[in-house]
Amino acid sequence: MQNPRVVVTGLGVCAPNGVGVPAFKEAIEAGKSGIRFYSELEKLKFSCQIGGMPLISEAVKSKYFTPLQLRNFNAAGILYGVAAGVEAWQDAGLEIDEDHCDFDSGTIFGVGTLGVDKYRESIYKVDEGNTRRLGSTSVQQTMSSGVSAYLGGMLGLGNLVTTNSSACTTGTEAVLLAYERIKAGKAKRMLAGSTSDGGPYVWCGFDALRILPSKYNDKPAKASRPMDADASGFVPGSGAGALVLESLESAQDRGATIYAELIGGHSNSGGQRQEGSMTAPNPVAVKHCITEAVRDAGISGEAIDAVNGHLTATSKDDLEIENWSEALGRSGIDFPYINSLKGMTGHCLAASGSIECVASVLQLKHQFLFPNINLDRLHPSIAMRVAESRIPKVKTPAKLNILAKASFGFGDVNCCLIFKKFQ
Amino acid sequence: MNQEIYPKLTEIITPYLPEDVDPKSIEPSSHLVNDLNINSTHLVDIVLDVEDAFDITIEDDELNKMDTVEASIALIEQKLEAR
Repeated sequence: MQNPRVVVTGLGVCAPNGVGVPAFKEAIEAGKSGIRFYSELEKLKFSCQIGGMPLISEAVKSKYFTPLQLRNFNAAGILYGVAAGVEAWQDAGLEIDEDHCDFDSGTIFGVGTLGVDKYRESIYKVDEGNTRRLGSTSVQQTMSSGVSAYLGGMLGLGNLVTTNSSACTTGTEAVLLAYERIKAGKAKRMLAGSTSDGGPYVWCGFDALRILPSKYNDKPAKASRPMDADASGFVPGSGAGALVLESLESAQDRGATIYAELIGGHSNSGGQRQEGSMTAPNPVAVKHCITEAVRDAGISGEAIDAVNGHLTATSKDDLEIENWSEALGRSGIDFPYINSLKGMTGHCLAASGSIECVASVLQLKHQFLFPNINLDRLHPSIAMRVAESRIPKVKTPAKLNILAKASFGFGDVNCCLIFKKFQ
Repeated sequence: MNQEIYPKLTEIITPYLPEDVDPKSIEPSSHLVNDLNINSTHLVDIVLDVEDAFDITIEDDELNKMDTVEASIALIEQKLEAR
């Protein structure tokens, strides 16, 4: 079929403030924080001793994995990704054929890291001269594509089964790549998502960069403050999000519930030129990415009702707002509604984009804006550009037709998606 | 047949059986891969579990001696005696 419309028919999530879509929806509506203090980080003398990790019970684990798969299992990123991915698949009402693969269904499931604790365990054994005691599963638990490999087998996927990686853009990019594959007629259904493990051995590099907040160890829920004047760094998180994307024809043939339509998007890089670097975005490229996404969707910047930003709670939040404002040609009271999930979840790194896409789609489906928490005093340079009424601090019912979601990552990479209420 | 080793070994093997293989079908003559349909990559895990359970070390070139249940028991007995 030529140039099919692409819709979202399934959601799954494993976030620090809620595991499973019902709990997550409730959490984001209530503005619930998933940031906690970890004594392990204190013991290891981290400056930032707080973070966000999904709370996964043994019951949830055994819902998705066999006892054999759980033996010597220590790859949190695979656990989160499988929980979110299988949930999304089941939510979409898709059957799992135990005998045959489905050549029309695939996955692009992104990763930053996923099995660092397993890797650490392996490295200790190797250094002790005990390589032979690693067991049979250390490869699949530590390879980047481990999560897509596990999911591909659990769901019997027969189309493209792969993993993308582009730092904090990963999840949003996975959705765009999956969308493009369906658009190109190469697949009917794609599970798009991303995952990240967490903990000291994942977060250490960010602590060393001194870009995490160190003054909130005794009040973790207050630490992540996107757009706030007192924002002092991003809180590290982890988890996974997943969306089933499907051609409209396939969704309608199955009588599937449609959450939203994905009408366009764009990814690019600033080439670490102009003001861009390994860790800072080139604003020219960010704006280009947004305008190209808008163009790809066949809409104008005026049509966007809400933006779900990247907005990590570092000193770069005001630059991001400036980029949105200039790219869309909108400011003040005319600026779209904007919010950041990271106040509640922290920055879930490679998983952030997909978790935030799930939140974005829930907002469109249920016509509300989740609150920006910990926003006590709007950053003055953001206040100069955007009317405060456009930045909700409580859950707000809203008529949303089009929502833009963007993520920006280390390596000066950008991705922007345009979701639309399905009609 | 060593009556102490056998139940311990079947207990070790059981989690590695595919869903459609009944643990009751384990017999002394069962071939781990051909009869019990255990994924051959899991043989290294079974060896590790055996090492832990019996406090012995099985060399890599002895792995192929553990093809059946009774052969595995014989190897374990031999290792225990040599300890």
